[in-house]
Amino acid sequence: MTLLGSLSLWLALLVGLWGAITGFAGGAQRRADLQQSARNATFALFGALLVAVISLEVAIFRHDFSLQYVASRTSRNLPTFYLWSALYSGQEGSLLFWAAVLSLFGALTQLLTSRRHRLYLPYVAAVTCLVASFFVSVMLFAANPFQRLPFTPLDGSGMNPQLQNPGMVFHPPMLYLGYISITIPFAFAIAALLTKKLDAEWLVAVRKWTLVSWLFLSVGLLIGMWWAYVELGWGGYWAWDPVENAALLPWLVMTAFLHSVMVQEKRGMLKKWNLALIIGAWVLSIFGTFLTRSGVISSVHSFTQSPVGYFFLVFLVVSAIASFSLYATRLPLLEAEATLESMVSREAGFLFNNLLLIGIAFSVLWGTLFPILSEAVRGTKITVGPPFFNQVNIPLGLALLAMTGVGPLIAWRRASVSNLRRQFAVPTTSGVFVLLILLVAGMRDIGALMAFSIGGFVLGTVVQEFARGARARHRQYGEPIPVALLQLLSRNRRRYGGYIVHVAIVLLFVAFAGMAFKTETQATLRPGETATLQGPDGHVYAFTHLGISQYNALNRQVTAALVEVQRDGKPMGRLRTEKRQHVDALGRPTFEPSTEVGIMSGLRVDLYVVLAGLVNGTEQAVFRFTINPLVWWVWFGGLVLVIGGLIVLWPGGTAVAVKGSKATSAQAGYAVKLEAER
Amino acid sequence: MSDRVSRREFFAFAAAAAGAVIQDTVASARVYDPERAGHPREPITAADNDAGIQAVEKKLRCTCGCGLDIYTCRTTDFTCTYSPALHKDVLRLAGQGKTAQQIVDEFVRQYGEAALMAPPKRGFNLAGYFVPSIAIVIAGAFLVRAIRRWTREAQAAAPPPGGPTLPPDATPAELERLRRELDRLPG
Repeated sequence: MTLLGSLSLWLALLVGLWGAITGFAGGAQRRADLQQSARNATFALFGALLVAVISLEVAIFRHDFSLQYVASRTSRNLPTFYLWSALYSGQEGSLLFWAAVLSLFGALTQLLTSRRHRLYLPYVAAVTCLVASFFVSVMLFAANPFQRLPFTPLDGSGMNPQLQNPGMVFHPPMLYLGYISITIPFAFAIAALLTKKLDAEWLVAVRKWTLVSWLFLSVGLLIGMWWAYVELGWGGYWAWDPVENAALLPWLVMTAFLHSVMVQEKRGMLKKWNLALIIGAWVLSIFGTFLTRSGVISSVHSFTQSPVGYFFLVFLVVSAIASFSLYATRLPLLEAEATLESMVSREAGFLFNNLLLIGIAFSVLWGTLFPILSEAVRGTKITVGPPFFNQVNIPLGLALLAMTGVGPLIAWRRASVSNLRRQFAVPTTSGVFVLLILLVAGMRDIGALMAFSIGGFVLGTVVQEFARGARARHRQYGEPIPVALLQLLSRNRRRYGGYIVHVAIVLLFVAFAGMAFKTETQATLRPGETATLQGPDGHVYAFTHLGISQYNALNRQVTAALVEVQRDGKPMGRLRTEKRQHVDALGRPTFEPSTEVGIMSGLRVDLYVVLAGLVNGTEQAVFRFTINPLVWWVWFGGLVLVIGGLIVLWPGGTAVAVKGSKATSAQAGYAVKLEAER
Repeated sequence: MSDRVSRREFFAFAAAAAGAVIQDTVASARVYDPERAGHPREPITAADNDAGIQAVEKKLRCTCGCGLDIYTCRTTDFTCTYSPALHKDVLRLAGQGKTAQQIVDEFVRQYGEAALMAPPKRGFNLAGYFVPSIAIVIAGAFLVRAIRRWTREAQAAAPPPGGPTLPPDATPAELERLRRELDRLPG
């Protein structure tokens, strides 16, 4: 199987290069035979890489420790669940996973793209084949998953304990799927530039792919946050780590694109900007990969330093220069079909929304790279940690949150004063109402007050939009309000699904603001002893240490502490927090002992208990008790975001007409705004 | 007299200490295999929970390479040997009567600026703090200017008041379709 895997990689490289050459040549010369060959190459590429993936998975499941990758990532007693994720738990395997998924997306694009966008497909095949070939060449020349060891060890080193968590089974593939699928809109953008067919057709072709990519990135980020929270034990879910930042950057740019693309669809404006955003998102996805894999910036998430960083750096620079040069040559063809009519218009709102999103992306990128810049300029190493990012990004984030509520309230083209008064009355009242309630309740944290009150404003906007739409349907068609709401959602999924995503953003911001009120303490407790901690919700929580137990599990030796929790003297239940010493099949310790957090999650607060260790080998234990407010709402907000995204993505509903497109679908979006213009 | 009282006090203290040790032994039995429970820990002291100490430690980076501050690292990664040592350094400096800023300065002197979780706001570091904000403000100013220019152009190109409001080439079928679509709109 190992030989088959290696041969498959070489075959994939050859097929990928062939697909790239025939795709570009077939597109340029309009030769049907070459175009067909490029199309076939995408399928063959996927086939070859699928064989390579299966070969590696078979080696993992058969515990073939003659393979360096299998020996260094797994052990005989690793649970089956994690044998699956071992495929992408290391540098070499994740590169293979990346290339294979990209080839799958490339093949699906060839199959699923409608006939009227066939013009772009040879170039799309060429770009996807070229990018996949790059990943395959990195494997073949710097990080081969089928590299053999000179000897076969009895057992492997096992998987890093922090990766033995369900979150880590789903987080990397979701993030990779997001990163990888950005290549498809990018390929269409390059195809549009090469064919000089730069009307809105290419946008129609990539709209779903862009959303798919954004949704996968969102899910990947959220699962990553959940994993960090439940596994790493520091009590938070976002630490502005360089690798976290690298994943956030393309997400921010994609979010900007998903907003500004509406202006191009509706008004034929921002063509240059939208193309730049798509190219930028893709370049940032490769930049993120470079950061993760080069070791250029230290991070808890990064793979070990390896020569693949140089490959990625060269690829990043060459592809960015090539893409933006091509873009620059086509600028004269990207003139807007209309112009902005008023500063107070939906179009201007989208521009300011984009300014903030790209501004945040820039500040995150700047902060991530500033240590390198500082060292290059001054020769001084510095750290840019959470205090820096919070200081720079919290005001921008709050402004963006406000724009989430302001944008939908402003009419397209031009908003009149009476229109603004009518639109803003309810949301502003709800925001002020929330602010007053919190002030009366005694909240004085400025950041949290702003987040909660702006959140109230945005919710007011969304509720108003749904209420007006449902009322209109009720009046016009006599539908009961619940039916009208459902009809509203199903007939214009893009608009109302988008509003649901806005609600999710509010929930996430409110939850983030809640962390300003977290409380914690450390305590040394003998069995029967109790530590108390006042929660930010005003309740007093008591944690009683019940005792320590030790037992063996499949691939680990567990030391567990049981803690009973009471709120204001009333029992709430028990929590278990553990120390785990992972061992291989021969009982040899494989890693340093790891910590498993005990979490009791509620709507208001999470109780978060960590066993730090034992005193003198006795049952006297050291704990850290943390009360994290509103964390549950992060996960719920994430769920709402995914639901909103899926509603937007779901096929059917009434399509939005695209200016300059040959699509014949009827316009149905932004109805209230159009009505307001009349 | 005072000597006798002092001796009595001493024995009372010794007895209490012995009692405490015995109670410790009785209440906190040894676990089956302490090795598998990670690094042995020392009991938490009041200084470990001191808000002032924690605030200082949250400004200082652990040198183990985790990227976390000293406080978070020492209360998270209990295998780290750096953060407990750095915590002891902070306690030692605090014990010498140094203020929070003096402790931070001492760490910077010893480990360089990289010891700080965020660079100090001076010299080249000011670029780190203000370039993003300045860039956004400049981009925003350009955007406002561009929008003003576009709107002026749009107003100049707009048809005179009272002129036709519909495209002159709209066919009756298109007008009928427009009317139908507008009828379908909610709100």
